[in-house]
Amino acid sequence: MSKNLRVKTSKFIDETYKVSFKFNGTTYYGYKGDTLASALLANDIHLVGRSFKYHRPRGIMTAGSEEPNAIVQLHNNTSRTEPNVRATEIEIYEGLEASSQNCWPSVNFDIGGINNFLSPILPAGFYYKTFMWPANFWEKYEYFIRKSAGLGKSPTETDPDIYEHKYIHCDVLIIGAGISGIMAARTAAKNGFKTLLVDEKSYLGGSTIYQNSEQFKINNQISNSWLEKEINEIKKFENLEIKTRTSVAAFHGYNFLLARENLTDHLPLDQRINKTRQRLLKIRAKKVITATGALERPLIFDNNDRPGILLSSAIEKYANLFGVACGEKNVLFTNNDSAYETAISLYQKGINIEAIIDNREEIDSKLIKETEKNNIKIYKGFTVVNTFGYKRINKISIMQLSKDGQKVVGSKISIACDCLGISGGWTPAVHLFTQSGGKLKFRDEDQVFIPDIYPSDQISIGSCNGDFTLDEIISSIPNKLKEFLNIKKTDYENLEIYSSFNKSKRNIWLLPSDKVIGKTKPFVDYQNDATAKDIKLALREGFRSIEHVKRYTTTGMGTDQGKLGNMHALGIISETAGSKMGELGTTTFRPPYTPLTFGTIVGRNVGEFFDIFRKTPVHDWHVKNKAEFENVGQWKRAWYYPKDGENMHEAVQRESKAARDSAGILDASTLGKIDIQGTDASEFLNRVYTNAWSKLAIGKCRYGLMLNEDGMVYDDGVTTRLDENHYIMTTTTGGAATVLGKLEDYLQTEWPELDVYLTSVTDHYATISVCGPSSKKIVSQVIPELDFSDESFPHMSFKNAKIDKIKCRVMRISFTGEHSYEINVQANYGKSVWEKCMEAGKEFNITPYGTETMHLLRAEKGFIIVGQDTDATMTPIDLQMDWIVSKKKYDFIGKRSLYRSDTIKDDRKQLVGLLTENPDEVLEEGAQIVADIKKSPVEMLGHVTSSYYSPNLKKSIALGVVRGGKNMMGQKLIIPMENKQINVTVADPVFLDKENKRLNA
Amino acid sequence: MFVINCPFCGEREQSEFKAGGEAHIIRPKQPTELSDDQWAEYLFMRKNIKGIQFERWVHTHGCRKWFNVVRDTSSDKIKAVYKMGEKPPSE
Repeated sequence: MSKNLRVKTSKFIDETYKVSFKFNGTTYYGYKGDTLASALLANDIHLVGRSFKYHRPRGIMTAGSEEPNAIVQLHNNTSRTEPNVRATEIEIYEGLEASSQNCWPSVNFDIGGINNFLSPILPAGFYYKTFMWPANFWEKYEYFIRKSAGLGKSPTETDPDIYEHKYIHCDVLIIGAGISGIMAARTAAKNGFKTLLVDEKSYLGGSTIYQNSEQFKINNQISNSWLEKEINEIKKFENLEIKTRTSVAAFHGYNFLLARENLTDHLPLDQRINKTRQRLLKIRAKKVITATGALERPLIFDNNDRPGILLSSAIEKYANLFGVACGEKNVLFTNNDSAYETAISLYQKGINIEAIIDNREEIDSKLIKETEKNNIKIYKGFTVVNTFGYKRINKISIMQLSKDGQKVVGSKISIACDCLGISGGWTPAVHLFTQSGGKLKFRDEDQVFIPDIYPSDQISIGSCNGDFTLDEIISSIPNKLKEFLNIKKTDYENLEIYSSFNKSKRNIWLLPSDKVIGKTKPFVDYQNDATAKDIKLALREGFRSIEHVKRYTTTGMGTDQGKLGNMHALGIISETAGSKMGELGTTTFRPPYTPLTFGTIVGRNVGEFFDIFRKTPVHDWHVKNKAEFENVGQWKRAWYYPKDGENMHEAVQRESKAARDSAGILDASTLGKIDIQGTDASEFLNRVYTNAWSKLAIGKCRYGLMLNEDGMVYDDGVTTRLDENHYIMTTTTGGAATVLGKLEDYLQTEWPELDVYLTSVTDHYATISVCGPSSKKIVSQVIPELDFSDESFPHMSFKNAKIDKIKCRVMRISFTGEHSYEINVQANYGKSVWEKCMEAGKEFNITPYGTETMHLLRAEKGFIIVGQDTDATMTPIDLQMDWIVSKKKYDFIGKRSLYRSDTIKDDRKQLVGLLTENPDEVLEEGAQIVADIKKSPVEMLGHVTSSYYSPNLKKSIALGVVRGGKNMMGQKLIIPMENKQINVTVADPVFLDKENKRLNA
Repeated sequence: MFVINCPFCGEREQSEFKAGGEAHIIRPKQPTELSDDQWAEYLFMRKNIKGIQFERWVHTHGCRKWFNVVRDTSSDKIKAVYKMGEKPPSE
């Protein structure tokens, strides 16, 4: 049975509220307020996981979000499972189930542990070097590498939780509710600023709140009770919002920040139903105060990664905040005064300390004297050279450091222990500051990077600014806040501070050992198993940039982003390469500071809200009549309407035939529609289309082609002159928004003198196209008052009409080559007009057809689809559409580019028709076109852009672009496919009704 | 994400806007009279400065108006915003 290491509990733990949870299948108990880590430690469990590469046993190392080792999988094999959760952050709740990661079959016996013994042949870059050759073996290697890589398992079921996004605007955002953040919050709130205070923890007060020691006093009160009163004060402000369990993930330019607010992760599963789990806060703050504190540094020595080795500050926190002893025989190892704070805390709680190993030789701070008073043995000027114990530390050996700190001297002393606390000083948490674009400077005296140049209206205060001692923090904050917030005074002037902390420190990045470096395992990045040896190897192999060394050794690339070890990596690089720390720079700190769930990132944009989709006014009819839909941009367009058991091909063949034999009906509502008005409307159209518009009579329609300024086809469509100064332009479905944008651009920036107004009316009208030989009879029934005779209503003309009392516009235009009409009616009448057409067309076998049939019908006529038969490299000349390019017009968008040296080349890719030797063989769109298959390398002449089986011509037809194709009429070409070659002949792209007789049929 | 002070609507999030490349490139009045090189100069050549850049932006999800922005590309600080047709600030 496991031991109980709970000592005198603290007020942060509710001892009356027992919580049961499972770890690796065994049930344990903790108290409300515990994290998974503190509850495990209370049960004397240190071994939590295995390391990434060597599968070494690893234990809990920290007590916060910087944890590299103790990462677990929650609720394995359920829809709520989550990998890589830090045991040091997750609060326990009744029914929590956690399991170890990266080990098989169990954390106690892990087969992968063999990698530890193979480590001499698994150096940095091992995978890069080994699995490169032979190249085609990669597929085989990959399977095994992928299997052994990766930490947790991602969920396979749909996430049952709800996530949301929220915007917050505030005057002052304060990140971190430690002593500095609390002081800032009170000052900002008291001066009337709309203030938001966030902290990733569940409680306020940072590390000061559990610093229960006579050694740290403010105005003669112990620092934690002073702070507690401050916290009670700030809770009274109405203009101050406090969010705990809220971690700032990203700090972008212009004081735009993203934070994750965790709302239910600490609740039992049955209490989470219908609640929002996490909220992504999008914060825009006028001013930002960063008070993110500092992270304690580990020390780098041989086997510094064993379970039972923790940061000294973590041991203090477990004792003071959670009332948990991390061991019964504790040893502390330090290069600064912080470990003595821990020692005093442990002593007060009655937790045994075997010894303190201090790198420093001459030390005499008040804190140390206090420690010595308690009869704790201190080894001054010593270092740990090795540790022992596979799944839990059981012994260390120490030696004396030489004067220069480069070697160890004297004889080894062994000390038995079950817990080792290490303290290498502090690293300001400048991650968010640098994310925002801030520049750091290096402070030599204690080897830290601190904020230097602020890119926006923000400051860093407290230990994230390099002020580590209580007196430094408290004495600097009032002036900083006064200047930053532009206020006269704070409540914190002339506070009396007592702090026995001394700043002296003996910084040695890589501690010396009695063994040579190749024989030791001093871990720098715990999660990714990068050792000092790996970093030195990278330097020997020629890597110099910190960014390269990072990628080669994977230092700092774990889920913890190297929060602990990055500074040591830098230190070791600079010492080895002989460069100065400040000049070396740091790797880039990228968002998020701690990992975010995908759920938080997408918020409510899941399922049908993942992307909006647009429905035409006739949509419900299509659904009712079992249309299959196709996505065109954001539109859902009816694709084809399968009748009982038909597949797509069969449906399209039937629809296409019906449209030409009698009547077809298409919902064309998605076409872009732009209303153009103004006295210069005609002139404007002249400038944006390739053809001439000034002479278009009122009531007439014209097809137009629009180019980019580089001469390439951009969009096409029919534009109708409704009145002297009033046109309605149609664009392609996909191009509607960009065409409007482009036209506005020219109007506003190049031709502001033109009197033209553009309005998008795409959604205002339903467009119903009725085509085929019977189309006239059908529309005559729908609109009996209108004269549909060819004399009165010829092809390419328009009439206003009324259906019942509803105004509509009727255009006689055709995209199929058939006699056809387009009825445009106010959107909300679209469906009823459609139904009227269906009713009137019944006797003519009117057949609804979708986009696929539309594409087939237009391909029979050789009409292009911009974006399918063209890409951004086709001019109208390439499309054999010279007829639409006005020679008379002085200028239009793209005109000059049509005779650039490149656009007048003969061997550009040009649009041609393609007929297969075997009329039943349908080409694959996108297939390559070649002339000579034997030539090496085979010269690609072009590709197939559109291809169909035409039921009206009873043969396969295709369009394609072929280099110099215009002059290849009748020539034979080859389409090489995987298993065969298809012979084709270059043909006229107009396959059907070259004389356009059907338009008036 | 920047905050852009649209000259017509006021301060809005960058996501409401679209960038439109370098500003003050005037479309030649007589393109047909330009040589290939001169036309190419207008058509293709754009500056990519580290530092102060004059650029066009449009308030796509707002008033749909185009305007000019003076931005320091190294810090993303917007130095000035002015309407189309207005003279660029000299400092």
